[in-house]
This record gives sequence, structure tokens and C-alpha cells, in this order.
Amino acid sequence: MAALLLIEDDPLVRRGMQLALRRHGHDVRTADTGEAGLREFATTPPDLVVLDLMLPGIDGFEVCRRIRAAGEVPVIMLTARGDDFDVVGGLAAGADDYVVKPVQPTVLDARIRAVLRRSNGPHDGVRAHRDLHIDTVALTVSLRGAPVSLTPTEFRLLLTLSRAPGRVFGRQQLLEEVWEHHYLGDSRLVDNCVQRLRAKIEISPARPEYVQTVRGFGYRFGPV
Amino acid sequence: MSWRPWPRGLRARLLIAFVTVTVLGAAAAAWASAGAASNALVVSTEDRITENIAGQIAAIAPTLTFPPDQADLDRLRLAVGADTMVRHEDLASMAGSGPDLITGELRNAVRTGNRIVTQRVDADDRPWLLVGMPVMTTSPDGTRTASGIEVYTARDLSDVEQEIHALAGSAAGTAAVVLLPATLLALLAARSVLRPVRTLRDTARRLASGDLDARSAPRGTDELAELTATVNEMAEAVQTSMARMQRMQDDARRFAADVSHELRTPLSTLTAVVEVLATTADGMEDDARESAQLAITETHRLVRLVEDLMAVSRFDAGTAVLHPEEVDLAVVVRDCLRARDWLDRIDVQIPTGIRLRLDRRRLDVIVANLAGNALRHGADPVRLRAWAGADQVWIEVVDSGAGLPEQVLPQVFDRFYKADAARTRTPGSGLGLAIALENARLHGGDLTAGNADGGGARFLLRLPRLEEEL
Repeated sequence: MAALLLIEDDPLVRRGMQLALRRHGHDVRTADTGEAGLREFATTPPDLVVLDLMLPGIDGFEVCRRIRAAGEVPVIMLTARGDDFDVVGGLAAGADDYVVKPVQPTVLDARIRAVLRRSNGPHDGVRAHRDLHIDTVALTVSLRGAPVSLTPTEFRLLLTLSRAPGRVFGRQQLLEEVWEHHYLGDSRLVDNCVQRLRAKIEISPARPEYVQTVRGFGYRFGPV
Repeated sequence: MSWRPWPRGLRARLLIAFVTVTVLGAAAAAWASAGAASNALVVSTEDRITENIAGQIAAIAPTLTFPPDQADLDRLRLAVGADTMVRHEDLASMAGSGPDLITGELRNAVRTGNRIVTQRVDADDRPWLLVGMPVMTTSPDGTRTASGIEVYTARDLSDVEQEIHALAGSAAGTAAVVLLPATLLALLAARSVLRPVRTLRDTARRLASGDLDARSAPRGTDELAELTATVNEMAEAVQTSMARMQRMQDDARRFAADVSHELRTPLSTLTAVVEVLATTADGMEDDARESAQLAITETHRLVRLVEDLMAVSRFDAGTAVLHPEEVDLAVVVRDCLRARDWLDRIDVQIPTGIRLRLDRRRLDVIVANLAGNALRHGADPVRLRAWAGADQVWIEVVDSGAGLPEQVLPQVFDRFYKADAARTRTPGSGLGLAIALENARLHGGDLTAGNADGGGARFLLRLPRLEEEL
């Protein structure tokens, strides 16, 4: 269904996951180091990268940063430890989601599909909010006429929030709607994605106009 | 407070003993010297008076006629001074109060001894010195014979007495003056003895409160220094063995963490491939399908066990972090039960609108564990109740089974403890309650196990309502 790039150093894990993800209909290419992964990435850009953080040579955090710098291809991290250090570092490097090893391929497949699903809102055309234009059909965003490049997750978050300007969305609600996580999702995913989104669409990210924080509850779009 | 004949404090005892000895010594010395001085004063005063009288008598004696008449005796009395009596056989001349004081004893001594006799008496509250003296005549050949004239006189010794009192007073004063320096010296002495004792006590206290680096420097070579050195050796020994135990414990914990971490890699492969096996199992022959099913089940169990081990390792290492967020208690608990399909098997009574800050995922772990245990080991119906106070909330899970045996209660939170040996093959890892308790404690709350009044195990979770982050 999707063209995946799996970067994982352990040969047996790599092969096992490749077999399992293929069963879910994905085309899985693999790389055993960060360097090899980046080469593979540059040669044929995949739809999504599944990235192990513990890699020999350049580590997963650095690989993630370079992929993010190169474009908007979504990244799902495999954290071996599941520790805060990995999660926080991976999200800061620009990952869209993370799963903790050992992960059931069914769960990973659901995450992949959720990240790739670009829009769940009504395709109602162009939404204009002052300087920000969101085209829900062409799936593009522009700020003061200049196109803004958003990852699928960032785009989906923006679509969800702007669907009802002024309405407050709880973090859990956003996790369920945007990430399609079950009720125990990690709210840091939301906070991190909001920060990245603000950096791209806000005139002044420190004093956001479009994506505002509602303390103790979550976020809302505008009203502008 | 009970009466004590002797203060118990070492300091007070030292102080009192030292001051008593010093002041007593000073007082005795002062008293002895005052006594000696007053004696000397009395003797010299007596000598002076006697000499004086003898001189006056000697000056007038040659002018007397023998036998003397009344006029002679009167002259002699006047020459000697006031309070005097002069006698010769039946004749007597007397004036003042002196003559009343003269006793027969004194007169006998003078008359028979033919010598000067003195006596001290008290009269009218005053001290007197009585002097009796025979008047001697010297013949031309130089021999002295008693003339038969006796002179008695009394002298007031009040002045001398006053001087003696003054001496005694100054002796008492000296003793009093010594009191202050003696007390100061005693304080100093007590301090020099007590300082090492106090240092040692402080060191012992620090050791007792867990500061195993506490030592006191031994000073000198006395018994206290020996005691200090012994205490230091003891602390050293305790510290060494504590450090060894700590190291062993750390090693064991690190080993558990490392092992569970290392297990994750092969488990990642297994988890991935058993799913492939599962999707193809339908086409297998029976034995192969059953084997595949066993492999799948056991892999999932192993994954669960490793995850629990890692959770425990994080608690042990102190790296478990709380991510509190504001939640509705009823929503979190119901979500937890709904996700596990337990909602219709458990009677849930939670008032709506209990909002508090907590780590949702950790509460989920606790509730899932308590509810799961009640459903697995207890009997239906299982009840879950929650209620809130001003700064705490409680969640109670009670089942209707036989309850927990008394001897099991203290151990239910122990790792890998299983109440029923026959049920070792339950799906749990044996770490569930230990992890639930650690999660409660991480919130600053606790988890207790007991039995409900009507039988059945009862677990009570208490969580504080965390302060809003600033």
C-alpha cells in the first residue's frame, strides 16, 4: 500500500519486520545503518520512514533531522527503550509518531496508515483565516501568499483545529482524531506537533494567533 | 519531674564537684589563717596590757609605805586606772565594774602563786581581760618579796574582738571571691572534657541517621580518644559493608534492566514473525497450528513480562517520571475498563466531575491491575468505587471471593509473589501489584490490600490531588 523505508541495524529484526509489514501490503525497503538509510532515501524517496533510534554510526535522531530537512516525508520512530529521553529527543528531531519495541506489526501498520491519511475533515474548499489560507482539496497551505510546507501530521492537525475555529480540542481528542491513537496516547506528540506547526504558520511563534493554548485543556484555532 | 539527689548531666556533676572542692579548700585556708591571726592578736594584746599594768605598778610601788594605809591603796588604784581593785589584807580600794568580775579562783591563783594571772571573761555582752598581780618589793640586797598588796584590774577587749570579727569576715569574703573564678575554671574544665564527648555524640547521631561519612577526629591519647577511634572504626566497617551491599544491589538492578533490554531485540523479531505465523495458521495441519498458537501466546506473555521488568527497573533506578495532566477520574477509569471489555463485568460507582491532575497512563496501569486481579482471582460481582476529599481521592476495588488469607496480606505487593502456588500459570507477570504500588507512590499516594467486611479482597488506592502546575 505504501512505499516504506525501514532503517534498523539488527538483521533479524529487520527481516522479521519486513516480512510482517509486507503481509500488511506495504512495499518495504531496508537499510542497516543511518548512512545507508539516507542514501536509500535520497535515491528513491519513500512515502514513510520507519526509523530505529539506536543505530551504529549516525544515530536515529540525526537521521530524522536530515530527513526532515530534506522534505516532509513522515517518520515513525522505533524506540527500543521507550524512555522519555528517546521519545522527547525523537519528537524534537521531527518524528511524527513513535512506537515502542517490541511492536506488533498490526499496531505499527495502523500508525503508518494514520500518519499517511492526509485529511479526515470535510473537503470544503479553501479556508481563509486572515493571512493563512488552507486548501482542503489541494491539501496546501499558504501564509501571506507564500506556500507553507507541512508534514501530513502537521497538516492534519491544522485541518482538525481549523474545522471549528474557537472550539477547544483536548489533547486526548487530538490524539484520537489526528494520530488515531487509542485513549492512552502520549500527549507530548500533540504539544510537539503544535510547536512545529506554530514555527511554520505563526508570524510570531512565541505569541501564537492561529493555534492558541488553552491551559489545562488543550488547543484551539483562533478565533481570528 | 522526679526529685533527684544528684544531677544526671555530666556537665552539672563536674561543675558542682569542682566548685565545691575549690570553695571548701579556699574557705578552710582562709579560716585557718584568720584563726591564727586572731590568736596572735589576743596574745599580743594581753602581753601589752599586762606589761602596761606592771609598769604602772612598778612606777608607784617605791612610794608606798608598808604596811600601806587606805590612801596608799587608793593612789595605787588610781595609778593603775579604771575598773581596778587594790587589796591588802583587810583593806581594799575599788572602783568601776572590774572588781565584780574578779573571782575567788583568780585571787587564790594570785595569792598562792605570787605571780601575774590573767583570765578572759564575758560580761555585759563584752569580752574582758582580768589581770591579777601581786605587788613585789625589792629589798636593798636585790631580792624581791611579795608585799601582800594585790592589784586586780579589768580591761575591755571589745576592740580586739572587733578586729577578730573583721578577720573572720575577710576570710569568708575570700572564700566567696574564690567562688566565681572556681566556677569559671570548672566550666572550662568541664568543656574540655565534654567537648570530645559531645563531638562523639553528634557523630553517633549522624551515623544513626544514615550519614555514614560522619567521623570525629580523636584528640590526645586519653580514654575519650580511644573511644573516638573505636567509633570511627565501627563507622568505617559499617560503611564498607553498606557500600558493598549497595554495589551488589545496584549490580543486580542493572543486570535486570540490561537483561530485559537485551531481550527486546529478539522479542521484536519474534513479535513480528508470530503475526505472520498467525495469519497463515489456518492453512496448517492441526499440530503445526497448535504449535504456532503456543508460540504466539508465549511470545506475547514474554513481551508483557519484559515490559513489566523494564517498568520495575525504571522505578528502581529512580528514572520513572510522572506526566500529570488534568483529567476526569470517571472518564479515565471507564476508558481503562472499556478498553479491556470489563465495563459490563464490573459495578462502577464514580461520581461525575471529580477532576484532578494525575498521570493517566499510570492510573490506567493501576486500575487495570486491580480490576484484572479482582476478575481473575476473586468472584463476581466486582465493585469499583471512587470518592474524593478536599486534597485526596480514593479508588476502591472489592471482589466477592474468599478474600486474601491473613498471612498473604503483607506479601501481596512483593515481586513475583503469587498467593496461590497452584495458579502460577496465570497470565500476569507477577509484577503487577508491585508496579501498581510503585505507580501510586510516584504520585505521592499509596495502595493497600485488605479484606472487605463481607469477604472478598479489597484494594484501596489513595492519590493526592496534585497542585496545578505554574
